[in-house]
Amino acid sequence: MTRSGITRRVIWAVAALCVCVVVFAIIAYRPAIATVTRPDPRLFDPALVAQGANVARLSNCVSCHQSAGGRPYAGGYPVKTPFGTIYGSNITPDPATGIGAWSPAAFRRAMREGVGRDGSHLYPAFPYTHYANVTDGDLSALYAFLMTRPAVRSVPPANTMIPPLGFRPLLAGWKLLFFRGEPITTDPHQSVAWNRGRYIGETLAHCTACHSPRGLLQQEKRGAQAYDGGWSGGWYAPPINAHSPAVRAWTVERLEAYFRTGLSTAHAAAAGPMGSVTYNLARAAPTDVRALATYFAWQMRDAPAARFERPLPDRRAFASQRHPDGARLYEGACAVCHEPGAAMMVSGRPALPLGTPLHEDNPRDTIQIILKGLHPPVSPRGPYMPAFADALDDRQVSEIVAYLQMRHGTGPAWTDLERDVAKARKEGE
Amino acid sequence: MIDLTVNGATTRIDIDPATPLLYVLRDDLGLHAAKFGCGLGQCGACTVLVDDKPVFSCLLPVGAIGTRKVTTVEGLGTAAKPGDVQRAFLHEQAAQCGYCIPGMMARAEGLLRKTVTPTEDELRTAMAPSLCRCGTHMRILRAVRRAAVMRGGGVVDAVEPVT
Repeated sequence: MTRSGITRRVIWAVAALCVCVVVFAIIAYRPAIATVTRPDPRLFDPALVAQGANVARLSNCVSCHQSAGGRPYAGGYPVKTPFGTIYGSNITPDPATGIGAWSPAAFRRAMREGVGRDGSHLYPAFPYTHYANVTDGDLSALYAFLMTRPAVRSVPPANTMIPPLGFRPLLAGWKLLFFRGEPITTDPHQSVAWNRGRYIGETLAHCTACHSPRGLLQQEKRGAQAYDGGWSGGWYAPPINAHSPAVRAWTVERLEAYFRTGLSTAHAAAAGPMGSVTYNLARAAPTDVRALATYFAWQMRDAPAARFERPLPDRRAFASQRHPDGARLYEGACAVCHEPGAAMMVSGRPALPLGTPLHEDNPRDTIQIILKGLHPPVSPRGPYMPAFADALDDRQVSEIVAYLQMRHGTGPAWTDLERDVAKARKEGE
Repeated sequence: MIDLTVNGATTRIDIDPATPLLYVLRDDLGLHAAKFGCGLGQCGACTVLVDDKPVFSCLLPVGAIGTRKVTTVEGLGTAAKPGDVQRAFLHEQAAQCGYCIPGMMARAEGLLRKTVTPTEDELRTAMAPSLCRCGTHMRILRAVRRAAVMRGGGVVDAVEPVT
């Protein structure tokens, strides 16, 4: 090839690259929206603020927008992803460090399109893929609610994303691939409560964010895999569809009680990240919580327990024989509360085998509950379980877990337990 | 037979490994500081240190301890020669009925072994699992802040100074 031929090819390649860059820049570009003076909180209609408070509780905003020991909505909770840690932002009306200078239009764009006021793309850890379908009325209400919170001057820690993912325009590519935002239509064959529950569950409450598996680029799996179980903060969020491993049916009434008190006496207490979900649902509008229960009881209508609540196995002698160390540890550390006839059982706490963790296809939740215990999710009255992380080592926890699964479990046998205990300790830090 | 190291001394005990540590301490070793409160890991009266970490001894099977070292309040000092935490609790007169105090002291000791410069938030989080029904919490917190100072540190954002 002649020299001029090579030159021509290089020129073409460079030109093509330039075109790609320009096209990408056009796709990724979002203008900044002008700042506004922080709206006077007294000017918002109290009824709208109250509606916004309900929206915020249904959406569980504080779960990510509040750090442990921090102020509500001031941000700072670490969302750990395979690509690094993203910290919840400050959404109090502080103009400098929060969203006090955001106009309603800037707020709406962030919620619907995942674009910050300054035009930068937001990571989908912020579930705008769900908020895209929130009604105008709910968005205005949420804006009014947030703008009337105490302004907190606080800058959350900087995100630690692996290169090149700190370069936010790349998120435009993620959105092209995964951000659909199909509208939620009313299903005329279903009840008003069901439709309301679907709207809340699919948009505001963004339940699939934890309860659906995620793909390589952290996109939520949809369709048949929706609600098929996922991960959150080192905990497993079990399937809440036809694959629900619960051994007792999740009826509307049981779900409603679970959402509003943090405890289903036919199942167990809300644990891990679900604790704060129930804390907020307990403070949301009761009719909305009932609607959410209606929708998810329907989602789990074909689950095994919905069809038949089978008797629960108690293979006590067999399990003691197979896992004698686990049996002894259980006897000294757990039986005083969990064994039939124990004070906790007599006072109405659900029996150990009713809890879904022992029936899940992985041991993570059982391990986390032993390591971290249970903190009263909704009110200080309980339920409560002490943490054993400092009392028992990895092998001892794994012995108890093996014993419990052998004694009560109904799912696939768990293996490599000791390693998973070590992993759970690390991921739960 | 189980070898148990408590307050620096190792004792061989013939006992069911499922027995809670608390019973062994009180009944077999005659160490009566740690108390039986609820027996459910909810009140903290039984708290002792296992390898410097506070645990509920009523829910810890003695067989699970292995080679880890147990420390009870008897190991923090004697009546004639009280340790820092004990002196701090005495100085602040932190005890009312006193039932929770050995657990409180064990918890305080555990915190100070981790750091002598905790934040007020860390202090309160560390002490929270132990309950006091007399309501001496403010004195107990003062005592722990004092003990931190005695150890050469201090609560960094203390809500009240140690005087």
